Amino acid sequence: MLGVASEEGAAVCEYFENNERVWCAKWPASDQWEDNMPKDHGIGASPKRREDVRFLTGAGNYTDDINQRGQTFAAFARSNVANGAIRSVNTSVAEAMPGVVAVFTGEDFVDVGGNPAGWYIESRDGTPMKEPKRPVLAHGKVRHVGDAYAAVIAETLDQARDAVEAIEADIEELPAVATCAAALADGASLVHDEIETNMVFDWGWIEDNRAATDEAIKNAPHVTTLELVNNRLVPNAMEPRASIGDYNRGTGDYTLHTTSQNPHLTRLLISAFVMGIPENKLTVIAPDVGGGFGSKIYHYGEEALVLAAAKKLGRPVKWTADRSESFLTDAHGRDHVTKIELATEEDGTFIAIRTETLANVGAYLSNFATVTPTFLHGTLMAGNYTVPNVYVNLKAVLTNTAPVDAYRGAGRPEATYSIERVIDKCARELKIDPIALRRKNFIKPDQFPYTTPVALEYDIGNYDAVMDKLEEIGDLAGFAARRAESEARGKLRGLGVNSYIEACGIAPSNLVGVLGARVGLYDAATVRVNATGSLAVMVGAHSHGQGHETAFPQVVAEMLGIDEGQIEIVHGDTSKIPFGMGTYGSRSLAVCGSAVVRATEKIINKAKKIAAHMMEAAEADIELKDGTFSVAGTDKSVAWGEVALKAYVPHQFPIEDIEPGLEETAFYDPANFTYPSGAYACEVEVDPETGKVTVERFAAADDFGNVINPMIVEGQVHGGLGQGIGQALLENCIYDDDGQLLSASYMDYAMPRADDVPFYAVDHSAKTPCTHNPLGVKGCGEAGAIGSPPSVVNAVVDALQSGGHDVTHIDMPVSPSRVWAAMQK
Amino acid sequence: MYNFEFEKPGSIADAVAALGSEDAQALGGGQTLIPTLKQRLAAPSKLVSLTGIAEMQGVCMDDDGRMCIGAVTSHEDVAAQGASYAALADLAGNIGDPAVRARGTIGGSLANNDPSACYPAGALASGATIVTNSREIAADDYFQGMFTTALEEGEIITDVKFPVPEAANYQKFEQPASRFALVGVFVAKFADGVRVAVTGASEEGVHRWAAAEEALSANFSADAVPDAPDADGMIADLHGTSAYRAHLVAVLTRRAVAACG
Amino acid sequence: MSQVTMTVNGKEMSGDAEGRTLLSQFLREELDLTGTHVGCDTSQCGACVVHVNGKAIKSCTMLAMEADGASVETIEGQAEADGSLNTIQQAFQDHHGLQCGFCTPGMVMTAAALLKENPTPSEAEIRDYLEGNICRCTGYHNIVKAIMAASGQDVGAIAAE
Ligand SMILES: Cc1cc2nc3c(=O)[nH]c(=O)nc-3n(C[C@H](O)[C@H](O)[C@H](O)COP(=O)(O)OP(=O)(O)OC[C@H]3O[C@@H](n4cnc5c(N)ncnc54)[C@H](O)[C@@H]3O)c2cc1C
Ligand code: FES
Ligand code: FES
Repeated sequence: MLGVASEEGAAVCEYFENNERVWCAKWPASDQWEDNMPKDHGIGASPKRREDVRFLTGAGNYTDDINQRGQTFAAFARSNVANGAIRSVNTSVAEAMPGVVAVFTGEDFVDVGGNPAGWYIESRDGTPMKEPKRPVLAHGKVRHVGDAYAAVIAETLDQARDAVEAIEADIEELPAVATCAAALADGASLVHDEIETNMVFDWGWIEDNRAATDEAIKNAPHVTTLELVNNRLVPNAMEPRASIGDYNRGTGDYTLHTTSQNPHLTRLLISAFVMGIPENKLTVIAPDVGGGFGSKIYHYGEEALVLAAAKKLGRPVKWTADRSESFLTDAHGRDHVTKIELATEEDGTFIAIRTETLANVGAYLSNFATVTPTFLHGTLMAGNYTVPNVYVNLKAVLTNTAPVDAYRGAGRPEATYSIERVIDKCARELKIDPIALRRKNFIKPDQFPYTTPVALEYDIGNYDAVMDKLEEIGDLAGFAARRAESEARGKLRGLGVNSYIEACGIAPSNLVGVLGARVGLYDAATVRVNATGSLAVMVGAHSHGQGHETAFPQVVAEMLGIDEGQIEIVHGDTSKIPFGMGTYGSRSLAVCGSAVVRATEKIINKAKKIAAHMMEAAEADIELKDGTFSVAGTDKSVAWGEVALKAYVPHQFPIEDIEPGLEETAFYDPANFTYPSGAYACEVEVDPETGKVTVERFAAADDFGNVINPMIVEGQVHGGLGQGIGQALLENCIYDDDGQLLSASYMDYAMPRADDVPFYAVDHSAKTPCTHNPLGVKGCGEAGAIGSPPSVVNAVVDALQSGGHDVTHIDMPVSPSRVWAAMQK
Repeated sequence: MYNFEFEKPGSIADAVAALGSEDAQALGGGQTLIPTLKQRLAAPSKLVSLTGIAEMQGVCMDDDGRMCIGAVTSHEDVAAQGASYAALADLAGNIGDPAVRARGTIGGSLANNDPSACYPAGALASGATIVTNSREIAADDYFQGMFTTALEEGEIITDVKFPVPEAANYQKFEQPASRFALVGVFVAKFADGVRVAVTGASEEGVHRWAAAEEALSANFSADAVPDAPDADGMIADLHGTSAYRAHLVAVLTRRAVAACG
Repeated sequence: MSQVTMTVNGKEMSGDAEGRTLLSQFLREELDLTGTHVGCDTSQCGACVVHVNGKAIKSCTMLAMEADGASVETIEGQAEADGSLNTIQQAFQDHHGLQCGFCTPGMVMTAAALLKENPTPSEAEIRDYLEGNICRCTGYHNIVKAIMAASGQDVGAIAAE
């Protein structure tokens, strides 16, 4: 198989050139790296992050930190009703206000193309999904609170905001629909009149499974049913979105600085779909970005507005959201209402899973809004288990709320929560230990590659080994004693456990294309060796907290045997990097990192040719070790730096065979998803008088395959756990029936704080390296958020049942008020 | 924010004079007013900062054994200097976070009378006297419902005098997002009876719980706390139903009494 | 507009401010000290924490004019004189106490205030003190650990190093 060691110690670093297998470096089998490599550098080490120095000293360069000569400021007029007909927008008073340079309304953008959904979905009956238009500024109608219908550009931000208030808009409020149920009810008002329905699609996965699954459930000896809500969340990256548009009249070039996880995708959307600016005339730069979690994947209207305004005014235009705007307009996450049924034999053997879900997609289709609830959700519905029949039905529904899209985990948390909650309920009904029930149904190591009924092929995993690890690091054996101690203090204590499987690095492009993707899902890297031997590595992935600037050099350094300090990572600027799909779906290392490996292999290959020439040896005899090229069996050698210099000072150079220079690009398109998995355990205490839940212990055992930088991986897990615990206990994005956002600030939207969480016990040693990428890595960015909510809720139910309360389910967030109410029943 | 003028007088008299101009507003620590201005919910023409007035600063004991707190004393300073009334110092030390406590003032909190704020419960349960530039107001007369007080336009709190109870305790159950009180109960036991003030719970804002006061005045023990008050008129929102709030009132009252020892 | 002058990181600095100019805005826009961040408009996230006359405060909730004449410390002034990271900053790097870096200036400034008040805080005291500082990236594990380490406590035993 491509790029993977077939024998211990074999070359893993290979690629195909003209259909010939090319071996280019010897290094240990990938599953031995971490143990064999020196811990202070290279793969498996945890060097300190180099990006930290600028962040710790206030020298970061976030979009709002950038000011340009002649800059103006944009502020938006936003709807305060959820659904309204725009009768008129009078801007004359605003235009006359001090400092105002221009005012734009939706009418200025009527002819500008719509911002599309990136994935085409067909309904069960074969009809295409409904795709309402998404304008830059609303015209005709506003469709959610916060929908922008005008923008003011002024000399200062305060002037722009002052003038926004002077815009006179006559907007007639119309009845709104805030939930899927309301939107699908008879006579419901339409979010988009032109598509004549609020249902985007009614998707079945897999439709061919439907009859068999129905039949299996009908005949099963035991069926556990659960109705649950995957609560709507606001991603809340701490840096609010910001964009600066600039236009150069002399050259016709546009530059957009923006808070993006994927500048190339943003450029593509703006160029090909929204504004028609030729890609060669648009540079998109995402400088330091203060977190994304999905919300900064998408192209938003504000980006188009600042570009259009910059062109019209010939001056840079800057917009920075305040947090209130973020709450109203960032793409939200989750918001599923699901009924799940799990059919089993009396002994707990799984027979079938069937789900019916309503997914709220908000008022417009955001870029990943159609793929997230479908191919990132329904395909995961077999979990870690052998379950012969699985059928998923999901209806995506438009409502008068902010768009909903991928948020850390994107579809997989929703799937995991549904499966792992229903399994827990089933275990209690059948009086089987929840861990034993899971183990009984796990796909076993010798069953891989394993094709699920929902069409994924899991390449590798060992779910028992991960569960063993969890039992160890979570000290689950000690739970009984800890429960007794809690009870002595008048508290209820519960233990919740769950497994998860997820799919990262969505691919390959050929397959996703068949399934409806409108983009490819490869990534790219260019490795540029400078004449003196230092390197710049241009990557399509974008780092907004993930530490690429530190981790990617570890890979290259390992391959070349040189010091990481010589390697610089360049990202986030479409004018500097090859094409790239950016960072989301835990794909950076598995996909872009693989491209880095491929490009470095090409570099090694060419460098070997040069070294062979320099040492007058056969290319096949050249070995690269510790940054030195040597001729096998001799004491002849040349250093890395000498070869690099030779490439750029090609004197006595075989110019007819080898081009000068040392720079290579690779595009990597994965053969499959990667499948990280894990087992998580949460221990909570419940105060029986107030219903308050505190997380006392949390343990996470993950299988991420190989790990390049353990420190960064653990940090990613910690962050995911914080968000998952937040979803389970605290966070809730709530609209009232009129579509007013009730949780519109940190006063009402409960963000996890330091005292809401414990220290976490995390481990990633029970690993099965991915079989189809050269690093054997799987992705770790979302796992914590995917795996943690069910164990928290399972733990609360366990605690309440231990106190004699007949509670089988509480919806997230498991707030004190809800727990108390459940205890009163 | 709308623009405004800024003035920082050094004396109460100057402050009162400055506040005489139209739409002028007092600025304490700004921890409530500045966020409000950011939302453009208020448009004062002028902000008169009180924090430069030395005579409104600090904690001391008066001849009647009352703890007097200058209106611009920060929550942090009350927490640090209020040892003579430990329950009140603890209350101050649990308002918001350290940065908020470094700036927020008792005068601002009482003037604002947020229905979920902590100080109003402390002042009402203690039977404090709110001293302004022109008069003294008993706490029982001062709080008049959510965000409403006896203060007149332009009147400023200069000082708050707290009789020190024999025993007292404040129990705050935090709203998980804002960390204000979802419900807070302050119990103060005086020689002539017990006062119980409740914040966070009622549509009427901070109020006394008469049934509990009566029961506890007769028998000061956690067991004597009556069943939860009627949920009618209690706040219901994202964070809790009115029944839940009513329930918490009783739980927290019991805990406060128990903590009085 | 009036002129406001303050001593920032030991240097006297002046700039223009309206009545409504916030200290955070003044530092970022007038003095070009963009290390102080703004993450919310309800005074809760703490990304903007600086020290004014020795106390940690939220610079988004203080008017620039209120800080006229004050001594202000920001993240830009925290490193040692030779430019190396100070103890707290170094502990944050050593223990991976930051990811995207946006909350980090406020975290470091808050940690500095805590350690001044309480040189060896317990885990619970640190978590409590951070109530006004929101981090979305780290799940707080490594922030708490870094602060413990910065105060000279042994963090080797903390789960999941
Ligand atoms: C993140 C955060 C968390 C918080 N948590 C809590 C909490 O848990 N519990 C709690 O109780 N509070 C909490 N608060 C509110 C905080 O205590 C405020 O400091 C307080 O409510 C207002 O005091 P201030 O001095 O900041 O007043 P300002 O904001 O300056 O003023 C508030 C109002 O009072 C008026 N005013 C101010 N001083 C006077 C005076 N001397 N005389 C007359 N009028 C005056 C002003 O004109 C204004 O209308 C929190 C605030 C924040 C930002
Ligand atoms: S920006 Fe100051 S608290 Fe959020
Ligand atoms: S490091 Fe990103 S918010 Fe804290």
